[in-house]
Amino acid sequence: MDPKAVGLTLLIEVGPTSVQMVCMSQNLTVVVVEQNQERAFAIVDALKEAGDADVFVIGNVSGLARQIAVHDPDIVLIDIDNPSRDMLEELTVASSPLERPVAMFVTGAAGGLAKAAVEAGVSAYVVDGLQAERIKPVIDTAIARFQVLRQMRVELAETRRALEERKVIDRAKGLIIKAKGVSEDEAYALLRKTAMNQNRRVAEVAEALVTASGLLS
Amino acid sequence: MRTVTLPVAYMPLVDAAPLIVAREMGFDHAEGISLDLRPAPSWSSLRDMLAFGHVDAAHLLSPVPVAMALGLGGIATSLSAVSVLSLNGNVIGVGTHLAQRLADQGFAFDFADAQAAGAALAKVAGDVLVFGVPFPFSMHVELLRYWVAGTDLASKQVEIRTVPPPLMAQALAGGEIDAFCVGEPWGSFAVDDNVGALLLPGRAIWSCAPEKVLAVRNDWAETEPHLLGSLMRAVWRAARWLSQPDSRTTASEMLSRKTYLDVSPELVDRALMGEFTISARGETRQVEGFVEFFDGAATFPWRSQAKWVAHQLAMRNGLDASTAERQAAKVFRSDLYRRELQGLGVETPGASEKLEGALAESTAVASANGSLILSQNVFFDRRIFEPTS
Repeated sequence: MDPKAVGLTLLIEVGPTSVQMVCMSQNLTVVVVEQNQERAFAIVDALKEAGDADVFVIGNVSGLARQIAVHDPDIVLIDIDNPSRDMLEELTVASSPLERPVAMFVTGAAGGLAKAAVEAGVSAYVVDGLQAERIKPVIDTAIARFQVLRQMRVELAETRRALEERKVIDRAKGLIIKAKGVSEDEAYALLRKTAMNQNRRVAEVAEALVTASGLLS
Repeated sequence: MRTVTLPVAYMPLVDAAPLIVAREMGFDHAEGISLDLRPAPSWSSLRDMLAFGHVDAAHLLSPVPVAMALGLGGIATSLSAVSVLSLNGNVIGVGTHLAQRLADQGFAFDFADAQAAGAALAKVAGDVLVFGVPFPFSMHVELLRYWVAGTDLASKQVEIRTVPPPLMAQALAGGEIDAFCVGEPWGSFAVDDNVGALLLPGRAIWSCAPEKVLAVRNDWAETEPHLLGSLMRAVWRAARWLSQPDSRTTASEMLSRKTYLDVSPELVDRALMGEFTISARGETRQVEGFVEFFDGAATFPWRSQAKWVAHQLAMRNGLDASTAERQAAKVFRSDLYRRELQGLGVETPGASEKLEGALAESTAVASANGSLILSQNVFFDRRIFEPTS
């Protein structure tokens, strides 16, 4: 059941004094926009461990602003590299489907949080007027999690690139060995020397050789 | 020569050309700086990169710094638009369904008459017409709103939604939007993708609309006046180079590279040459001055341009128009433009404001050292915007 609906029911039953308590303990609703399921799970798990938050994931970005409005969230988290992020900016304009204005979190007691978030690669949209101490744990967790994910992504891309380069260099070495009848070490030395003379990377020279040989064969 | 590296953010669009050319042609090195151009995944990320100091300057939608000065949107960092990077350069297009109905009605797709195009579209559109634009604060939105209000489209319920340009064709094909206003090459991309046809170039609505600006943080402009000057001069020289007809083919090649736009040079050519393929049937249209980087004092940041944008934003968001115009005027820095570029022998206009929409054709006006030709500046409805002083 929607925790807000619970809050509303209690409001009728127990009267105004308890209402505040109910509201205070009411969970924050967080929406995470992330197409990659694995990444989304990692973020959701981290947020749930950090505390009482109802976390929803939106994976399909078509009509994003409307999808988000349905959840009426307190915080929206999205990867800063996601091109669909601009769709969220509509939420910051008063005439948006979400009645409560949502702003990127920039000021308040937790100043510097937005900057840290941007550096970690997460953009956080927060309903205007939410208290900093309520938001901070969620944002802190998101920042830490996005940092790890970003690192992993960079490492993965680097590894993939290195592997591909290695493959091309090996093929180029093979071509040289066959064409010139030299040893593997000599073939590699020739690649390195050429790269140095032409002020290019070994991988580039290797790629040029492989391409040229493909054209000629 | 030792150069200072300057990180600058841009969106991979045709109108990022002055920055890309400044880098590729070495106009930056000639000024002792080295532009480190960083593509941004979205306009909001680009704005944040600039606001939070990840980059020192950016290729920015002209209404963004104005909106920020008016307290609209999330971020409140004070930005300065130190020069205009381009005038015009957007296209309005419709999905194949609407295009077919327009054709059935005998509409000629002249790609020029905004009044007629509005009337024709109003006749064939349903009660609700949904447009996709790249960003809530953009010249795209302002042009659309101005056009809709002044044509038969005013009788329709027009919705404007944000769709990232690379996803525009997909949104059109999926029926999420009926039409769009977007910067090149994305309009031509939709045509080539067989999902839409082009209806109007942005300049058919306003022939002199400031599209993108070179934006910096105010505090950076104050602490690094020398770097700012170098940047402005390098970009100005790049714009001058771009204005030479001989440069266009080379520019298309540069922009189309994988590091920048990563599309075919032919697609970039259409915008730079003003030669458009407007439908899947291959009909072509010629547009004089589709996008302008230099001629007619295009790079001068007129305070009246900022006031026009502020006026529109104020009317829509319930702000006091004259206060908004006053706040916005401080964002377009004609003072810095004069200070940094007059030494180059750049002809700068005598005034910092003009009546927007008041020049039916190119006209000579007084400048600091004599005279200067200003480009045609008209709205499709021939109204004239007089800024509040």
